[in-house]
Amino acid sequence: MLNQTSRRQLLKNGGLLGLIATFGAAIPRLAYAAWNKAAFEGKTLPDTYKAMGADGPKESGEVQLIASDIAENGAVVPLQCVSKLPNTTQIAFLVEKNPNMLAASFDIGPDMVADVTTRIKMGQTSNVIALVKADGKFYTATKEIKVTLGGCGG
Amino acid sequence: MRRWNFALAAVTAASLLGAVGAFAEADKSIEGIEKYREALKDGNPAELFEASGEELWKKPAGPKNVSLEKCDLGLGAGVVAGAYAQLPRYFKDTDKVQDAESRVLTCMSTLQGVDVSKYVKAKWKSPERDDLNAIATYISGMSKDKPVKVSLAHPKEQAMYNLGKRMFYYQGGPHDFSCSTCHGQEGVRIRLQELPNIPTPKGAASGWTSWPAYRVSSGQMWGMQWRLADCFRQQRFPEPIYGSDVTIALSMFMAATANGAIMATPGIKR
Amino acid sequence: MGHPMKIRAASKGGVTEVKVLMNHEMETGFRKDSSGNVVPAWFIAEVVAKLNGKEVMTAQWGPSVSKNPYLAFKIKGGKAGDKVAITWTDSKGDTRTDEATVS
Repeated sequence: MLNQTSRRQLLKNGGLLGLIATFGAAIPRLAYAAWNKAAFEGKTLPDTYKAMGADGPKESGEVQLIASDIAENGAVVPLQCVSKLPNTTQIAFLVEKNPNMLAASFDIGPDMVADVTTRIKMGQTSNVIALVKADGKFYTATKEIKVTLGGCGG
Repeated sequence: MRRWNFALAAVTAASLLGAVGAFAEADKSIEGIEKYREALKDGNPAELFEASGEELWKKPAGPKNVSLEKCDLGLGAGVVAGAYAQLPRYFKDTDKVQDAESRVLTCMSTLQGVDVSKYVKAKWKSPERDDLNAIATYISGMSKDKPVKVSLAHPKEQAMYNLGKRMFYYQGGPHDFSCSTCHGQEGVRIRLQELPNIPTPKGAASGWTSWPAYRVSSGQMWGMQWRLADCFRQQRFPEPIYGSDVTIALSMFMAATANGAIMATPGIKR
Repeated sequence: MGHPMKIRAASKGGVTEVKVLMNHEMETGFRKDSSGNVVPAWFIAEVVAKLNGKEVMTAQWGPSVSKNPYLAFKIKGGKAGDKVAITWTDSKGDTRTDEATVS
């Protein structure tokens, strides 16, 4: 019952990491300055934190990372982050075992509730980090998400 | 390669089904998967395809430059709401039992004057098939939350059901497979995907009411025609012709067995 | 240009919850097509959300946001009839704006 689809899936999922790994070279020139190229191209967690100006963030119980323990498919992994920290100005999602850790970063204006949800790709089972900036300091919440490969059909 | 795959499949199936000690672990995983699926339901990208399907439905097109809005999907010309939940059904004008997708082809031909043979012959992932998938997605969405209500009153409907049942159990191909090999028993799964036991009302409902579905693995929208064509491929059977009787028959077998179940279309799948 | 987004915005208890589905390939840049050619990188890199014309949130995304992206966020205040506008800009410089009325 493992079939061509699942084999392709294996190749595709296995390949996703490699694909993202070498991504840096292919990033087209962007039309705007805000995009933090160095952060999105970071290949280690410390480098990525540094590029985000987030040296040595602390784990905080006030930051909630809401996600299922297991993802049926790494191509779509739903993540939600809620920050109870006052003056939260940024929420970012990072995947430790993706070659480029940073997936998405949200600037939270004063009119926003610090609560965002999105969906990201994961190449394999990994710790996922919600990084929050509040009052100019950085805090994290971490959760391991298992990524399974699909079988056939559906 | 195929042989190897099959051998591996057998081993995988055996280890999944046989490893009693791993059941507790697997149950926990299934719980996690349920949570994952729940998180995906809110914000199903199928909605994007519903929207483009609706646009295609309402946009004048073809040599006659008319829309599909006057298409009769079984509840009268122009009635889309609730139609999918009662398909496949017998249509007098074509003297045929048709599913949503084959009926759309009829309407494209009669209303719009489109030569539909290129849609029938097109490959999956072609613009033609993408359009048909989007239209089927739109139509199915207009039956969301409606109970499946498929009739077998007309002799041709009953004949279609019988043919579908026969096809479901038809065993053949290089691996001596049938639909029922995977979908004819309770409590079976491949990895973490449960395989619905199609001949039971519950299994048929789980198979029938959630397609068309958005596949997160590929980011593609699949209608039932595509789903069935892929089942044939997985069995190493020749691919059935798009909208052909054998595909409608299998849909009829599933839909009639699922009668009374609530449509959850369009769905979202791994 | 791109394809239309689906935006839902609902106000409840002084908070407006916005849910957005975007139509985008989010190509990583290293996937190969059936003929073995690399499909070039192509992803939404920036998202801006406005309430009645006032910017409330901006986001930066990389290529590991999923295909056909989903985004949900909450705005303080907002009431039925207000306008929520979402704009994305992708790595090719293509951009699209769609608007929804808060219910």
